[in-house]
Amino acid sequence: MGKNRVVAETGAGQHGVATAAAAAKLGVVCRVYMGVTDMARQAPNVSRMRLLGAEVVGVDSGSKTLKDAINEAMRDWTENVASTHYVLGSALGPHPYPTMVREFQAVIGREARRQFHRLARREPHAVVACVGGGSNAIGIFSGFLSSRAELYGVEAGGRGSEPGDHAARFSGGSVGILHGTRTMLLQDEAGQTLATHSVSAGLDYPAVGPEHAGLHDSGRVTYTRVSDDEALEAFGLLCETEGILPALESAHAIAFAGGLARKWPRSRWILVNLSGRGDKDLDEVLRLRAGP
Amino acid sequence: MSRLGDAFERARGENRAAFIAYLTAGDPSADATVELAKALERAGANVLELGVPFSDPIADGPVLQRAASRALACGTTLGTVFDIAQRIRSQTRLALVLFSYVNPVHRMGIAAAARRAAEAGFDGALMTDLPPEEAAPIVGTLRRAGLDTVFLASPTSPAARMREAARLSSGFLYVVSRPGTTGARAELPRDLPATVARARQAAGDLPIAIGFGISTPDSARRAARLADGVVVGSALVAAAEGAGQARIAAVESLARGLAEACGRRNRARA
Repeated sequence: MGKNRVVAETGAGQHGVATAAAAAKLGVVCRVYMGVTDMARQAPNVSRMRLLGAEVVGVDSGSKTLKDAINEAMRDWTENVASTHYVLGSALGPHPYPTMVREFQAVIGREARRQFHRLARREPHAVVACVGGGSNAIGIFSGFLSSRAELYGVEAGGRGSEPGDHAARFSGGSVGILHGTRTMLLQDEAGQTLATHSVSAGLDYPAVGPEHAGLHDSGRVTYTRVSDDEALEAFGLLCETEGILPALESAHAIAFAGGLARKWPRSRWILVNLSGRGDKDLDEVLRLRAGP
Repeated sequence: MSRLGDAFERARGENRAAFIAYLTAGDPSADATVELAKALERAGANVLELGVPFSDPIADGPVLQRAASRALACGTTLGTVFDIAQRIRSQTRLALVLFSYVNPVHRMGIAAAARRAAEAGFDGALMTDLPPEEAAPIVGTLRRAGLDTVFLASPTSPAARMREAARLSSGFLYVVSRPGTTGARAELPRDLPATVARARQAAGDLPIAIGFGISTPDSARRAARLADGVVVGSALVAAAEGAGQARIAAVESLARGLAEACGRRNRARA
């Protein structure tokens, strides 16, 4: 493409770190936009990006989270399009980004299906993934759309059902257009984007990748929500029982899978996409556990 | 002929470019917007683009982002923009263009929004983030309501896309002077004549207007030599913002200089 610079947005910082690493490897200039709220709660990833040579630019407009980081990344990209490629981190944004990101993430679904078969000698009964923009979810789902597995996408239920308290687009949203995508959107009566809340930066976004809206409408995937508290509990549970620190985003999927496992007989198999590691969240979780 | 077409026709007859001013509706109040519109007409503006504030204005630089925040803070919605437009319609002869991100219009429903826009006295509509690929049914609805439709062409638009934008446009084709967001720039980009030439080829007889980055009489004068219309937004909004209660005078004075700069005759220097 002849471009020597990339920009990216990041919420939890995982995509920012990945982009910064790739940019370092390829020797291109990298700038990552990140809401200042997210920079504070995902500080380890900010340090990682900087160590990898990326410039991290704090965004303090709007809700100071992922949505606003995307706004700034898009403004930068339109200004510098001759030199700059936008490495969008989720399965959203204008066409063809949702398709491109789905294809890149589809490796998760292909490998998971193969590995699951090797380990369990069968298909899973359910596949569970958390859904912010929805890239990890669309990646793993794409490998199982043709299977008979029940597919569950877990959104951020936050601290309640009021507008501004969650990021559950399918239960609290309506059809709208944001960042070049027509999809389910948390918006008010006048079509202004609503504020969102989630304990996890990566799920704290008012719109969902458009392919998820399609999978919701077709009924192939069931979308549900898990609260901040349930996610924090699942975070602890996976640490204690498996010694694995999940990202707070992925802890939402763990929490829902736990509920499903309690309902289902032991003979049924559930595959959970552990989309990110939780060391980035450790300080934040300890702070939240200590109470206000 | 539409009021928008008429504005360009008259400007052509007077050997000048049409002066197209932009205001964010409701910044900082509905009353202020109506008064500013009247001041712009007194200063010589021909067309007013009335912006609907949006929570996520990705095409806008800092000045219009702040304007949107102020307008939203005082409760401005697409519905109240129609009220403001109605007041401007009854008190001025400006051609009025509804300038919006697509979501507020989509939320109201395209048909309802088109009908109410026409009833309020709008002459045309431009939706910044409505791509030509998705626009055909929306354009049909807007045209049936009696509104002109305006689309954007930019230096990065290939010829085919420019033609598509022009095909969907009536009233005028809006040529973005440079890639990037709205906001004042020190000077016009060097490749602007080439961009305008390509847009002319795509637009045929349709008038073209240049916007984004034009802030001074000097840059307006240069744009007026290239195009049929000159759009100034952020500079006017910034002038109002900086002047506080004296905003009417500040905007009128800047607009007067810009309107004069749209004339193409060489004037004797004082």
